[in-house]
Amino acid sequence: MYKIEYAADLAESIKLLVVLAPMVAAKAQAGHFVVVRNGEKGERIPLTIAGYDRQKGTITLVVQSVGKSSSEICALQEGDALTDVLGPLGHATHIERVGTVLCVAGGVGVAPVYPIAKAFKEAGNRLISVIGARSKDLIFFQTEMKAVSDVVHYTTDDGSYGLHGFVTDAVKNIVEGGEKVDKVIAIGPLPMMKAVADLTRNYGISTVVSLNALMVDGTGMCGGCRVTVGGETKFSCVDGPDFDGHKVDFAELLRRQTRFSEEEKMAYGRYRKEEHKCRIR
Amino acid sequence: MSDKVRMREQSPEERIKNFNEVPYGYDEREALQEASRCLGCKKHPCTRGCPVEVNIPEFIARIKESDFIGAVEVIKRKNSLPAICGRVCPQENQCESYCVLGRKGEPVAIGRLERFAADYEREHRQTGMTAAPSSGSKTKVAVIGAGPAGLTAAADLALLGYEVVLFEALHAPGGVLRYGIPEFRLPKAILDEEVGYIRSLGVDIRYNMLVGATLSIDDLFADGYKAVFIGTGAGLPYFLGIPGENLNGVYSANEFLTRVNLMRAYRFPEYDTPVRIGRHVAVVGGGNVAMDAARTALRLGADKVSIVYRRAWEEMPARAEEKHHGREEGIDFKLLNNPVAILGDEKGWVKGMECVRMELGEPDESGRRRPVVIEGSEYVLDVDTVVVSIGQGPNPLLVQSTSGLETNKRGNITADPDTMATSIPGVYAGGDIVTGAATVIAAMGAGKIAAGNIDKYLKIKGL
Ligand SMILES: Cc1cc2nc3c(=O)[nH]c(=O)nc-3n(C[C@H](O)[C@H](O)[C@H](O)COP(=O)(O)OP(=O)(O)OC[C@H]3O[C@@H](n4cnc5c(N)ncnc54)[C@H](O)[C@@H]3O)c2cc1C
Ligand SMILES: Cc1cc2nc3c(=O)[nH]c(=O)nc-3n(C[C@H](O)[C@H](O)[C@H](O)COP(=O)(O)OP(=O)(O)OC[C@H]3O[C@@H](n4cnc5c(N)ncnc54)[C@H](O)[C@@H]3O)c2cc1C
Ligand code: SF4
Ligand code: FES
Repeated sequence: MYKIEYAADLAESIKLLVVLAPMVAAKAQAGHFVVVRNGEKGERIPLTIAGYDRQKGTITLVVQSVGKSSSEICALQEGDALTDVLGPLGHATHIERVGTVLCVAGGVGVAPVYPIAKAFKEAGNRLISVIGARSKDLIFFQTEMKAVSDVVHYTTDDGSYGLHGFVTDAVKNIVEGGEKVDKVIAIGPLPMMKAVADLTRNYGISTVVSLNALMVDGTGMCGGCRVTVGGETKFSCVDGPDFDGHKVDFAELLRRQTRFSEEEKMAYGRYRKEEHKCRIR
Repeated sequence: MSDKVRMREQSPEERIKNFNEVPYGYDEREALQEASRCLGCKKHPCTRGCPVEVNIPEFIARIKESDFIGAVEVIKRKNSLPAICGRVCPQENQCESYCVLGRKGEPVAIGRLERFAADYEREHRQTGMTAAPSSGSKTKVAVIGAGPAGLTAAADLALLGYEVVLFEALHAPGGVLRYGIPEFRLPKAILDEEVGYIRSLGVDIRYNMLVGATLSIDDLFADGYKAVFIGTGAGLPYFLGIPGENLNGVYSANEFLTRVNLMRAYRFPEYDTPVRIGRHVAVVGGGNVAMDAARTALRLGADKVSIVYRRAWEEMPARAEEKHHGREEGIDFKLLNNPVAILGDEKGWVKGMECVRMELGEPDESGRRRPVVIEGSEYVLDVDTVVVSIGQGPNPLLVQSTSGLETNKRGNITADPDTMATSIPGVYAGGDIVTGAATVIAAMGAGKIAAGNIDKYLKIKGL
């Protein structure tokens, strides 16, 4: 069991968990993820390591409830525990000094972006961040991102904070406003990563995306997480999760995300009914 | 000479609706009757056919005397997991193929007798019989991978007096026995009991430990382990490399079976992991893995399941019993057929598989007649789910993170077949990671040889 040392709500249905996992913390680097399981009947789900403290032996996870498993994890409190935490998995993000790095985060994607931004900053790059969300109250990690960025831009879909629009609008403004960007890191929902990659392709700026394919083991054993990159089949868990955004077949990946939609919907529906009953009691 | 005693089993109509074990196993009377067929040959050729050289007539003699516990003791001198081997070994290619009775009629049902004895002992085992040896300042040995190779090596090393820690990547032990072989062939309760026995010997199993990510072999030595055994298996699924393989509805056998066995998707939504099965499932391949996937698909409610295999019935490498059971259960065998493309609908789901028919040509390197495509024989098989089970290779993760560990060109770790020693002093390897996908008993045999040689190595080194 992996004890939750601290839990906090970051925004509506987004939770931060600090989990005791010393061996994972000891090896964790920006870009790594873990596979966690909650309960003996739980499924294995991948979550990015949003931070780690080697001394305390903890890792930070930021979870958004989108279905049954993530909702159950979001309901955990300080003192509870995760049944399994496996990691660190995947290749760490390749950090180098390139000049100016633009980190683009969509929604909960700011959690995985943060350690990467921090590492690029520490490697001596100028760092510009774009943080996009549906509305103001869904933005979190503002202080953290500010601390590692030279400039932070915000966008909201409803205009409640920062630029009224999408992250791509901000990226466009930045690049076309004359900023020489050498590398883009984009993490968030698939359509957002695709939109950013499509945009930066025109500018010829190298763009790294972190793919959230459906996973089971996270160790290269099942092939369920396969994606097509540059015409070749890759396993996102062991070959990624970072890939060249200009080469990813996003249409295929978007489609593969729906492999179990019906089952997921059914499980979530049942879960919400059960939860509702508990609340009434 | 009489035929071997039949084993009672669930009827095909009944069993395709559940995941319970198919054969019931012998009762005492049946076991005694079958054991009485053994001639107790002095030279006992059967033993030669056993990869771990169980003294077969000796254990059968104990059964004849109704000393069932004694029978298991004889087996366990060589094989620590008899309840498992009795169920999954390809006996027809091993011990039973050497039995003298087989020349004129049916060989002794050695596997069924092994299973009977092991089940008897498990049901009558006194708990707490094997107390955990007290841990003093013992030499520490690390074992990587809790499949049959690792479990066997760990058990033997514990019996030799070492402090053994077993590092497993998944959240449960057993390797393929857990995630690959289905409940109806190997009940997980049996695996759990066998693992419980190994733990009772003092083996400490730690889960969620992916060696190569969570820790490295260098870390193990730095932590005071004096020797390491690698039994990480052949866990990397191969794909066909044909168009349409990434469509929705195409699984590797590993993904399909892991969802169902390790994650228990057959009990979704009680268990959280889903699996989706269509009306008509094609399973590509002809080994045990393909048979397991096909029979699992039937039990999940597919209307029709076809095995698509490029050679003929005789060449299918699956265990004879599984082929027989699959046929009884109504699996459609499309033999001498090979897929060339998987076709998708506008939404990206599988809607068919284009195949070609094959005929047998000249023998190839393996001595089997090579299948060649019949020109113009293309046709479309109407399927909505495809399970690819054409084999597995070694997962490169551990090797990549260990400098100086030699492999062959296929990526299997190179180990001395007599000692299981690798290119790194103190590091041993065995099972599928060395041989490529093979058998449970071969993996156990390798674990056993390695344990003995690790003991020798540590004694010579004075560690
Ligand atoms: C490398 C990686 C890192 C991730 N990091 C984070 C993170 O830091 N924070 C976070 O909130 N989420 C993260 N995710 C996504 C997270 O794993 C899914 O949201 C979660 O599995 C959904 O489970 P569920 O049962 O709640 O929802 P479901 O009802 O199962 O599904 C809801 C949605 O989540 C997607 N999903 C379902 N299962 C998986 C799975 N096994 N892997 C990936 N996506 C899945 C589905 O496509 C669907 O769109 C990451 C995914 C990957 C692959
Ligand atoms: C579906 C299926 C059916 C089969 N049916 C039969 C049968 O009927 N009869 C038969 O004799 N054989 C059968 N086989 C073959 C047999 O199961 C294997 O040959 C045998 O399990 C190999 O044992 P192993 O210990 O070498 O590896 P595995 O059983 O593969 O176990 C390896 C273990 O190591 C773990 N691991 C891998 N990498 C790491 C790492 N880096 N760090 C930590 N742990 C790691 C894995 O999670 C796994 O638990 C079947 C195989 C499959 C897939
Ligand atoms: S060869 Fe057959 S009959 Fe002879 S000892 Fe072995 S099992 Fe018995
Ligand atoms: S999650 Fe199974 S291979 Fe990537």
